[in-house]
Parts: sequence; C-alpha cells; structure tokens
Amino acid sequence: MAKVLMKGNEAIGEAAIRAGCLNYFAYPITPQSEVAEYLAKRMPEVDGVFLQGESEVAVGYMIFGAAACGARVFTTSSSPGISLMSEALSYITCAQCPAVFVNIMRGGPGLGGILPSQGDYFQATKGGGHGDYRLFVMAPDSVQEAVEMVMEAFPLAEKYRNPVMILGDGLTGQMMEPVEFPDNLQKAPTNKDDWATNGMDTRGSDKRNLVKSLFLDPTALNAHNLLLKEKYARMQREDVRYEAYNTDGDYQALIVSYGTMSRVCRTAIDNLKADGVEVAMIRPQTLFPFPIDAIRQAVGREHCRLAISIEMSMGQMVEDVERSVQGRCPVEWYGKCGGEVPTPEEIMDVVRERLAG
Amino acid sequence: MQSEVMFAGFGGQGILLSAKMLAHAAMETGHEVVWIPSYGPEMRGGTAYCMVIMSDRPIGSPIVKNPQHLVAMNRPSLEKFAPVVKPGGVVLINSTLIPVRAGRDDVDELAIPVNDLALAAGSVRSANVVALAAFVARSGVVPIEALREAVEMEFARKANLIPLNLDAFNRGVKAAEAG
Amino acid sequence: MGKTFAKPEALSDQHTHYCPGCTHGVIHRLIAEVIDEMGIRGRTVGIAPVGCSVLAYNYFDCDFQEAAHGRAPAMATGIKRVRPDLMVFTYQGDGDLASIGMGEIVHAANRGEKFTAIFVNNAIYGMTGGQMAPTTMPQQRTTTSPAGRDVADVGMPIKVAELLAALQTPAYITRQTVIKPKYIKRAKKAIARAFAYQAAHRCFSLVEVVSNCPTNWGMTPLDSIGWVEDQLLAYYPLGDKKTPESDEEVS
Repeated sequence: MAKVLMKGNEAIGEAAIRAGCLNYFAYPITPQSEVAEYLAKRMPEVDGVFLQGESEVAVGYMIFGAAACGARVFTTSSSPGISLMSEALSYITCAQCPAVFVNIMRGGPGLGGILPSQGDYFQATKGGGHGDYRLFVMAPDSVQEAVEMVMEAFPLAEKYRNPVMILGDGLTGQMMEPVEFPDNLQKAPTNKDDWATNGMDTRGSDKRNLVKSLFLDPTALNAHNLLLKEKYARMQREDVRYEAYNTDGDYQALIVSYGTMSRVCRTAIDNLKADGVEVAMIRPQTLFPFPIDAIRQAVGREHCRLAISIEMSMGQMVEDVERSVQGRCPVEWYGKCGGEVPTPEEIMDVVRERLAG
Repeated sequence: MQSEVMFAGFGGQGILLSAKMLAHAAMETGHEVVWIPSYGPEMRGGTAYCMVIMSDRPIGSPIVKNPQHLVAMNRPSLEKFAPVVKPGGVVLINSTLIPVRAGRDDVDELAIPVNDLALAAGSVRSANVVALAAFVARSGVVPIEALREAVEMEFARKANLIPLNLDAFNRGVKAAEAG
Repeated sequence: MGKTFAKPEALSDQHTHYCPGCTHGVIHRLIAEVIDEMGIRGRTVGIAPVGCSVLAYNYFDCDFQEAAHGRAPAMATGIKRVRPDLMVFTYQGDGDLASIGMGEIVHAANRGEKFTAIFVNNAIYGMTGGQMAPTTMPQQRTTTSPAGRDVADVGMPIKVAELLAALQTPAYITRQTVIKPKYIKRAKKAIARAFAYQAAHRCFSLVEVVSNCPTNWGMTPLDSIGWVEDQLLAYYPLGDKKTPESDEEVS
C-alpha cells in the first residue's frame, strides 16, 4: 500500500478502524481533538459508532459498558481528560475488560498548557486511579509507530483482558508524516463469550455473565489482586519492547528516552558520534512493562559510566531507570516540560557536561 | 542530506497548507518528511508557523533550532526567524508586507511581492502558493514539477480553484527566476 | 393444580440482603416479571449502581454489569450504542442517580439513549448509613442534616422525574411507588411500558419509584409507608411526567 501523508491524530483514528475497532467514544480536548473530528466523518462510512460524550468521566464508562459487552472500543484524550477517565480505568482494569485509551499528552499539572509534554508517565505506568492496577503502556516515537501500536493495542488488550494505553505527546498528534497501515496487523477479535455480558442468547448459553469490580470478601479481593499481579508479571515476561540505538560501539553513556524526546536524542547521538563521542540509547516502546533487563545489560558494558533519563517531565521515568540500573552506575536526569522541548544541541551539551563532571 | 524549511506568517495566510504541499511533494519524490505545525488556542489572525523537514534518511529530532531555509510572509516572522537560518539557506521575503530585509549577507535572500502577484493571479488567498513556488524554484529542495502536482492534488476536491493556484504558481516561479 | 405463584426466571435463588420492610425486593420482582413476560432474559443486561442495591447483580439471573457510583447511564449508553439489540436497564438509587450521577442521567436522557432507568428514590443514602440525599425532604433529619434539611442552606429536594421531563428530547418519564398493592400494579405496568418503548427502539425511559427506608428513617416498616404516603407523595406526585406520544403532540 502506498504511503499517505497524515497528521498523527488522524492516523490514530484510521489505525483503529483498520484494526477492526468500529466503536469510539470521546470528549474534545486539545491537542487531540482531530481524532474525534476525523472519526465523526469516518465512522459512519464504515457503519461504526461515534459518540461525543458529555465529559471524560462519562466517556470512560461508555468505554467500560461497551467493552464489558464484548465490543472492540477505544477513546482518545489528553492529560486532564485522562485524569477524569482514571476512575473508569481502575474499574475496567479490575473487571478485566479489554479497551484502548490514547493519551496525547500536554503540559501539566492543572490545566497546564497545550504543548507537548511527557508529564503523565507516572499516571500511565503506575496506575493513575485508585487501587493496585497497571495499564499496558506503549509509547510511539513517530506517526507510523503510533499507527502500528494502535493496531497492536487491540489484540494486546484482549490477550491480557486489560486496558492498553498509547502514550503520545502533542507532537505525535499534531505532526504529519508519511504512513502506511500494515494489513498484517489486522487481528480478528478474540471470542469473549466466557466472560462478556453480550446477552445469553448471543452466546447460546443459559449461564449469565457478570462484569464487576466489587469484592467484599477480603480473601477474594486479595486473590483477585494476585491474579492481576500475575498478569502484569506475564506482560513483563512476554511483551517488553524497546529499541536499542548505537549500542554496538564503546559508548560512555546510555540515554534512556521515549516518544518524541527520543527522536531529539537520536539526532544528538548522531551528532556526538560525528564528534567522536559514543553514546547509546535504549528507547522503551513499552513503558509498562518496562525494559528493565535491556537497560541493566546496556549499562553493564565496559565503558559505560553513566545513564541519563531524558524526558519532557521533571524526572519520572528516571525512577524506573534507577530500579533497572540498580546501582551499576550513576543515574541522572535531564528534561524540560510545559511545552519546552529540548533541542539536540542542548542534549549534546548535557551529555558532554555530565561525562566531563 | 536533511533540509528544513520554516514557513511563518499570520494565521490565515495559508502557512500550514503551503508547508503541507511541500511535505507532500517531498514524500512523493521519495524523501522522509515531517510536517510540524505550531498549534495554539488562537484560531484566526495569530502568528502561525510550520516546519517541514525533508531527508534521505529517517528523521530524528522534529525540533530544529536552525532551519536551513525560511519563507517569511510577514515582518514579525522575518524578524523572529531570519537570525537563526543556517548560512547558505534561502530566505524568501514577502516584500508586499515586509519593508525590511534579513540583514544577513550569508544567506540567499529572495524578496518577492507575494501578495501583489497573488492579487494579479486573481486572489490574495493564493499568496501562499506564490511564495511556495518561488521558494522551491530558488532552493530546489524538491523538483518544481513534483510541487506543481502536489498543488494540483491539494485542490483536487475544489477543482475550480486549480487554474487560480496554477497561475499563482507560475507567477511565483517566474519571479524567482527574475529575482 | 398448577403453580399460581412462582419466582420469576429472571430472579436468582439468592436471598436478598435488604432490610425488613424495604421495597427493593418488590421492585426487583416487578422488573424480573416484565423480563419474563417479554421473553427477553437472554438479551437483557442489567447495570447495578453503588448504594443499597449494589448487589442487585446477585439477585437477577441475566447478564449484569456493575457500575461506579452514578455512572450506570454512561455504561448503558456504551452498551446500547454498540449493541442496540440488547435490552439494557440501570437500577439506581437517589444518591447514585440524583447526586453524583446527575450529569450522566441528564445527558443520557437528552441524547435519547434507548435504555430504561429504574430510579429508586427513598430520600436518603441507605448503604452508607443514612446521610442526606438530594431528594431528602425539607426538615428531614439525616446523619448529615442532624437538625433537619435546611433548604436555605442546601436547597430544595430535586424532583428528578420533572427535571428530566423538562428536556426537549422525546422520552417516557414516570413516577410510581410500590408501598401498597394498588400502586404495585401500576408500577409494573409502567415498567412494562418503559421496556416496550426500549424494545421498539423508541426512546429513553425512566421509572422513578418512590420508596422507603425504615432503617435509616428510624421508623417501623408500617410507619415508613405512612410517611411515604403523607410526606413524599405530596412532594413527589405520582404519574406519567412525559410520554413520547405527548411529545409528538407538542411538536
């Protein structure tokens, strides 16, 4: 298929349709409203469902209701909207329903700004709502990768019966790049008859299904949490993804960076290499599960004496880098937020300074 | 080889669209390309700028401090971005609206009365096409014919606008050759 | 001799946890009878609220979802939009629907979502132990209005049926009660009518059921029924507030 030039937000909407998800509920918020605008036109063409809900709170539960009766369903929002959906995310995760949430991050906290940021790392990876739960979190660095991750998110959500979050930023959503929609990522939905409330007649059963998140018996609730915990451990065993960049040479420092920020780092690494300074990068493509082993191995190389987490936040992923490195070398942080995106030149200076220091 | 073009002007001058047409032409001629808009709460009349990055390799940073080229449609844009253009780059100046120059002797300055030429073509709204065509004719970042096709494709669904925009296109190319 | 009285199929065998004298059991039964009579158990999905009836999912024998507090109408919207062929009802109390979930019910009603809301209004929070609800009567004592509801401070009780009936979108909105047999018959008819509108993909429907709470009101069941009739029904008059037919006459 020929490449088409598309804005990230529109490509995300189209990718969901190509993945066989014809149900979309959302509430407008900058910088991702183009997804809703695109799907408002596109869903009727494919006989799909488009609904603008009255709030992100309500949208979260529209997703829950639809997912609980077995439909492939997704929503998109941006940081403050995801905060409002986090209540539903806690319920959906506990009730083990597959669904896809896209967060095109903007600056925070509070109303913050509308420019690109990565301030929702904790919210996405540590469980932004109440209780012990995790989302499967994927972080694309380009429009093409956003397309592929959206398409892969649905089968992953169904594999784990757990919400998947695509964590992009304002640039992912707003920029245009050439994209193609790979046919091989179209996966048929799984059979959900053993748990979904899709109506007994639908599945030809006389046993009713119940989707709930209430466990008044502490033993039962503990057991349920252990089951969820095992699921998260399985994600860590089976579905960690990352890109290793320039890890073949005798690098002195390892950068860990994701999403848009990692592209800036890639340019900085290329430029440093031209100047004779070798720096490697691990780019987590899944933020949960986090590429702990890859980072640990990468800092174990002979000449590597420093790890730097570079993020568009005030130091969130750095905590996961620390628990990956486990004292094998110093772990530092560099970042900006609020819509400021560090330039390659800045990153080069930071790396040089830290290596000299 | 990577090159970057900063398009800048008032909101409503078609900044995002001209950048998109260049991005399209770049994609069709086999380049890697990224189109990065400024986006803000103002819908009309504010400043708008948009960067197109073209390369023969996968593009790293979408954030570029020093673009190779500049297309400045109004004075604030020229004053803001002219100082950061890389030496040797093309700086296109819309001289209808900009009475000053870049003030640099290490760039290829091209002053064109973009709005006047657009009016002569039939509508000031085609100013962005005049500027884009002139810029590409001068810089050669993509073949001029590829750009012409991208312009035609952009207006394919508003076919009545194609003659106007092709006229604007030709005036832009001619002005660049004369300048 | 055949059976003259049996448990509806749509009810499970579980004993309810409801207090003596509470009307939730009666309302559950009416819904279950309607489901049985319409033969729709195999394509019905109920949605339980947070409140006394949080465990309603244990008492019905059909597919069920359990919502967060107030969000049942949003979940029902999600189901009906992706599976319009399923019959969906929410079962919500006054704290759930009229307080924390007011936004969701108003917008679901206004969009004309084709599900049925059963709204049980007993003028108090039951499960959390008798706090003031948006529907609590003026001067009514609760644990968070120990001197009685001061309407100068917290406003008048919300008449949900009238409020929703004021929306311009066609709907079936009615208020019923089940405190005496004569009312029970009418309430069942109203529930059946609401489900029929849904089955015909006609409109949103809400059946408000004015109910009691002897435990948290601090009354005997009998006294609580008297208080419903004397106090609540005077403020919350029974009857249809809006029908799709009346809407059509207007337009």
